[in-house]
Amino acid sequence: MTIVKHRLFWPSVILVALLVVNIFTANQFITVRDGHLFGVLPDILRGSAPLLLVALGMTLVIATGGIDLSVGAVMAISGAVACLLIKDLSNQNSVGSVLLIMAIAIGASLVLGLWNGTLVAVVGIQPIIATLILMVAGRGVAQLVTDGQIINVQSSPYATIATGHFLAVPVAFLIAIAAVVLTVLLTRRTALGLLLESVGGSPTASRLAGIRSRRITIMVYVVSGGLAGLAGLIYSANIKSADSISAGNLIELDAILAVVIGGTALIGGRFSIAGTVIGAILIQALQVTVVAVGVPSKATLLFKAVIVVALCLSQSATFRQKVFGRFRPSRPAVPAEVPA
Amino acid sequence: MGEPSPVLEMTGIRKVFPGVVALDGVDFRLFPGEIHALMGENGAGKSTLIKVLTGVYEIDGGGITLGGEQVDFTGPLQSQKAGVSTVYQEVNLCTNLTVAENIFIGREPRKFGRIQWGLMRKRAAALLARLDLNIDVSATLDTYSLAIQQMVAIARAVDVSARVLILDEPTSSLDASEVAQLFTIMRRLKDDGVAILFVSHFLDQVYEISDRLTVLRNGQLIGEYKTADLPQVQLVEKMIGKELAVLEDLEDRSQRIRAKTGDAAPILSATGLGRTGAIAPFDLTIHEGEVVGLAGLLGSGRTELARLLFGADRADSGSLQIDGKDVTLRGPQAAMKRGIAFSSENRRTEGILGDLTVRENIILALQASRGWTRPIPRRRQDELVDKYIKALQIRPADPEREVRNLSGGNQQKVLLARWLITEPRLLIIDEPTRGIDVGAKAEIQKLVAELSDGGMAVLFVSAELEEVLRLSHKIEVLRDRRLVEELENTEGVDADRIMQTIASGATS
Repeated sequence: MTIVKHRLFWPSVILVALLVVNIFTANQFITVRDGHLFGVLPDILRGSAPLLLVALGMTLVIATGGIDLSVGAVMAISGAVACLLIKDLSNQNSVGSVLLIMAIAIGASLVLGLWNGTLVAVVGIQPIIATLILMVAGRGVAQLVTDGQIINVQSSPYATIATGHFLAVPVAFLIAIAAVVLTVLLTRRTALGLLLESVGGSPTASRLAGIRSRRITIMVYVVSGGLAGLAGLIYSANIKSADSISAGNLIELDAILAVVIGGTALIGGRFSIAGTVIGAILIQALQVTVVAVGVPSKATLLFKAVIVVALCLSQSATFRQKVFGRFRPSRPAVPAEVPA
Repeated sequence: MGEPSPVLEMTGIRKVFPGVVALDGVDFRLFPGEIHALMGENGAGKSTLIKVLTGVYEIDGGGITLGGEQVDFTGPLQSQKAGVSTVYQEVNLCTNLTVAENIFIGREPRKFGRIQWGLMRKRAAALLARLDLNIDVSATLDTYSLAIQQMVAIARAVDVSARVLILDEPTSSLDASEVAQLFTIMRRLKDDGVAILFVSHFLDQVYEISDRLTVLRNGQLIGEYKTADLPQVQLVEKMIGKELAVLEDLEDRSQRIRAKTGDAAPILSATGLGRTGAIAPFDLTIHEGEVVGLAGLLGSGRTELARLLFGADRADSGSLQIDGKDVTLRGPQAAMKRGIAFSSENRRTEGILGDLTVRENIILALQASRGWTRPIPRRRQDELVDKYIKALQIRPADPEREVRNLSGGNQQKVLLARWLITEPRLLIIDEPTRGIDVGAKAEIQKLVAELSDGGMAVLFVSAELEEVLRLSHKIEVLRDRRLVEELENTEGVDADRIMQTIASGATS
């Protein structure tokens, strides 16, 4: 009974169900070929890496009661910067140079996050508007960087972060998991998580408890920017080019969805990184499954929507009460407010 | 001439919330063509009575008759249809619509399904003209001042149903000339035979406008009086009441005051400190081990004064010295660094974080002052939290329970614990005993006395005079956002003496 009530129960059930469907539909669910894991499951894990990274940053932003719409644009800029610099390398296969370039691209993404954080915490613009600015303008910046062209690169070290394997596991997934572990350590081994949840729970009460909410708010947008930048690198490494139009297109919405599926409320406060991980992988699995079971491509979006609605309803206490609780004698709850 | 029959009569109203009897056998009458003030401190049951009357709450006992007929409201819409309209403190209108639209929203004059805009504007203008308000009704509401918006709300309310009009704190955000304008309108409506129920914390306004008043205290009816027959001092006395001695174990006041060391060092000293619109410039010195009580009615500037000393709001005049050094408090952290703690009166919105656990709530301020990079080790957290759960008898004694599931008194103790583990030298507590039961109240009072004996300075803000008198070495009396008097709490000082000041202003 208690496990059924856990807020990650239903998302986990749906994720497992989707994976089970793939066991039957896919030619190969998981095998080892040429020393690498191969099949649908590794594909799902590898493919979920960019979304996982973006959703991770989004979780922290949403925990403070904010939102970051600019992550897709940041991905585009990050990929554009990296590809532009790699293209000009005399030796595109130089590991050191490629690592340095990736650091530069992530650095640029952190600066973009700082811009968002400043607009929200210092200038005082509503998060949805503040990050909308970069969401729209960022694609323009990316196009300026690439001069409107798609920049192709031929760099095997760069491609490794998306398509390579380490100890048989996809590198992209390992990067995402490393980021998850680091974020968990950052938030739960320090007091950051507590202060985040406090600021998201009530900015006023937090301020009066002496929390410097401005710094914390700026920090989460910086982290979100950095993670989006990393996601942008994996995306562009996967297609070996910088495509400033479609890189990270609409990923902000999937990321928000992943966070919500994971049980973090959009109004801020308590957040669950584990929930976000499940949510992100679930969305990727859903995308793969829809294709695998042969839903006509025209109907895939609709099919996805139905699953998402079902999932959200399963997490609503009111809905569960209405559907499952009708046999219990129920009295309408008296509001337990103290009369003023 | 015999008394006309009341338009509204409530008899034996009883309303119970889990654990609290909010209204206990309250009678209330309202006659046509009168302005009737409903008086009482916070928690007295005023809002509950209004919500019962407007159908927001269902009653657990008693009956309501309107125009002689028994009514049973199950929702605000029903009571509105029956002729009871309410205008709340915050204007409940759409500021992005025009004045005319706001007045007629939901009941626009129609012809063949089309809204007759011209007629609507004409009617709106005529309605407002009746209230001596000549404004452009096709301008959006947000182009007008809050006072005008309030009057538009009143116009709408009386046009929808004109028998009973409830004005809940309509003047709290208006300036003097706007209040005068509002009163003109209220008198006009009264002359038209509308019964007006008026709630305000400003005594002068109540005496200026109301014909009769009803006083509530702790959910009980104290009485109904003709305003002209009840002097202000007596009104204040009836509102605040004499509290039963719940604190026999607390040592005698005179002993405490004698025990006070004569020459303790001042911790904090404010000179001409003030903030426009919040609190007029004041002087105040607080010494080590001293309990300073802030007395005054709601809205008298008690909280505003306290917030300035914590840096929660910035002062815009005067200077503040802490330990003899001039400081400008740029925010709560600056005050905390200097050993000042502040527990807000708004426990739910400015105090506890309901989603977080008792442990997390307690360590929050200490953690905030250490910064996020230096987490308090878990073992140390548990030690501190256990210690204070025991010391303050927080129930249930479960550090991992979400704070929102605790009772008000226990939430208050969690807040006190939050500040006590920061080991402050000056603890500012705003209404720590409001809305909590008598037992928890006594425990908190006792704690304040003990802290002061241990050398901590306490600024104790409370609407309850008995409590202030029992604990304070020195009492600062506020009235109308001004510190009007400082009283050493000696033998001659009692509740009457303070009420006198609250009711009539400074004696000096």
